[in-house]
Amino acid sequence: MTITSGKKKEKIDRLAELAARDDERGVSLWQEAFRRLRRNPAAIVGAVILALFVLVALVGPFLVPYAPDAQLWKGEVRENIGYIPGVRAENWFGVDHIGRDEFSRMVVGARQTLLVGVVATLIGLAVGSLIGGIAGAAAGLGGRWGRALDNVLMRFIDMLLAMPSLLLAISIAALLGAGLTTVMIAVGVVSVPVFARLLRGSMISQANSDYVLAATSLGVKKPKIALTHVVPNSLAPVIVQATLTLATAIIEAAALSFLGLGNNDASIPEWGVMLADAQRYLDAAPRLAILPALAIIITALGFTLLGEAMREALDPKLRK
Amino acid sequence: MFRFIVRRLLQLIPTLFGLSLLLFIWLRRLPGGPETAILGERGTPEMRAAIRRNLGLDEPILVQYARFVRRLIRLDLGTSTSTKRAVTTEFIERFPGTVELTIMAMIIAIGIGIPLGYLAARRRGRLLDHLSVGGSLIGICIPVFFLAYVLKAIFSENLGWFPSSGRQDPTLGATRITNFFVLDGLMTREWDAAADAIWHLVLPGLALASIPLAIIVRITRASVLEVLNEDFVRTAEAKGLTERTVRNRHVLRNSMLPVVTSIGLLTGGLLSGAVLTETVFAFSGIGAFVAESISQRDYPVLMGFIMIIAVVYVLVNLLVDLSYSLIDPRVRVR
Repeated sequence: MTITSGKKKEKIDRLAELAARDDERGVSLWQEAFRRLRRNPAAIVGAVILALFVLVALVGPFLVPYAPDAQLWKGEVRENIGYIPGVRAENWFGVDHIGRDEFSRMVVGARQTLLVGVVATLIGLAVGSLIGGIAGAAAGLGGRWGRALDNVLMRFIDMLLAMPSLLLAISIAALLGAGLTTVMIAVGVVSVPVFARLLRGSMISQANSDYVLAATSLGVKKPKIALTHVVPNSLAPVIVQATLTLATAIIEAAALSFLGLGNNDASIPEWGVMLADAQRYLDAAPRLAILPALAIIITALGFTLLGEAMREALDPKLRK
Repeated sequence: MFRFIVRRLLQLIPTLFGLSLLLFIWLRRLPGGPETAILGERGTPEMRAAIRRNLGLDEPILVQYARFVRRLIRLDLGTSTSTKRAVTTEFIERFPGTVELTIMAMIIAIGIGIPLGYLAARRRGRLLDHLSVGGSLIGICIPVFFLAYVLKAIFSENLGWFPSSGRQDPTLGATRITNFFVLDGLMTREWDAAADAIWHLVLPGLALASIPLAIIVRITRASVLEVLNEDFVRTAEAKGLTERTVRNRHVLRNSMLPVVTSIGLLTGGLLSGAVLTETVFAFSGIGAFVAESISQRDYPVLMGFIMIIAVVYVLVNLLVDLSYSLIDPRVRVR
């Protein structure tokens, strides 16, 4: 009896030792995801595009040859005969419809575009995660009040979803009046329901996992479990969604600009507004539309590629 | 089934109630308030005061809200400030155009999307797969209005294959019955009018189809790939069924469920008015009118259209849920 129990003890000790060592060598979900991300060519392409975009947005405005709002070649533009100076030595991307250097505007515009995308996404992420997190925690904590709170919050989210996103953005923009802040808020609010539903769903599925049971049986208070265990483990899909939302935010901002609800401050160039303005000069200078359009497409592509690759890397179904 | 429908319809009530509340607040918070929405920027202070009295804006807020809801239920959405006609009339006149455009776009998106997604999954990792996945990524990332302008510039202005704007050539003098121009043409046997209306739908339909097409390709591909790995497909192959039977009866059918769901949701989205596409092609549907009412500050139209569109959108989503249970016996509701 004592011998067997001693053996058993030994065995358990060895197992514990192995487990401890295993833990040392083991990699977290994020590390593993990152490792898989590095091997994915789509992720690399996306990351390179984004690195270039952020670099241009941060550093570019200090290096541009001309002020983006200086109408230095105004005299050369002949709108009545449809002449706008094109690509040449002093204007790498030509001149725009009122005689400003297009290259400088594109570079400075990168910063505005990044700003709109990031702020809009942050608004959606913050508000959506707050609503979704509270709803998820309330649902997980249970009780009549918890379920009621979850229900009320989710019905509100359903209401936002009942309106097609562009119309929702339009009605918000109509309320606030055209401008850069308006675009950020409108585009941000539109993405709130997605973030809220994602975080709530993710939290509810995490609530049934073993580590929650373990923490509960150790006597950790439920609100603390929700905040320190469930929320961090539920964030992965939200972060992926934020990357993808950055792409749609830039495209939606361009759409609002096209409808005349965008940035009305002409001295600050922004790709969406530039694209919208250029529609009137398609015959005279198609490049004025094509350049910002390409810039928007490539940037959105970068965010989408990286987001999709992240989603794949974090998907537990694909992990082996 | 019947009880399920009734229950879902009852669930709509809180959503609609909330929407009406949001719109009520929205209308009151607009710059200048409702009197500006009705008068425009021009009204004198006396006119404003008269309007405020007329609208009962000096009454308690709850009374005002009750009146607002009563008007909504009677489908009285006010008068357009730019055309001076009832908002509901404007909507009924323009909705058929948007429906036709939506059908055209979905025919293009489904007709190309499902076969392409299916083939991409079958030839996974080959050139076609990479092309369709890459193409669908780009399709999602192109601003729709830019694509619309490019299509218009190439196929209409340069090549002259398709008309650049409108729903039908007005010189044809086609008879109007339902305002569905294609349907009218078929009903009156004015074949050239119907063909012309379809011809006008091609380019805007293509532009509008870009995003649904990209999404359908991706969902079909992912779903087929998942089904191909299922045990029942291996069983079907193992018991000696021909490849064709396995493909049609087992793989395709089982992989269509998520595709049908997304098609339903996408259709709901398109019906809500292709604001951007319709504007570029001067296509008189609800989307173009919404864009116009933004620049005209025609708030009654904007509010009324958003309300109707939200109802349509919610109803379409309900239909999607119902069709879901028709296709898949496993989720059939009792």
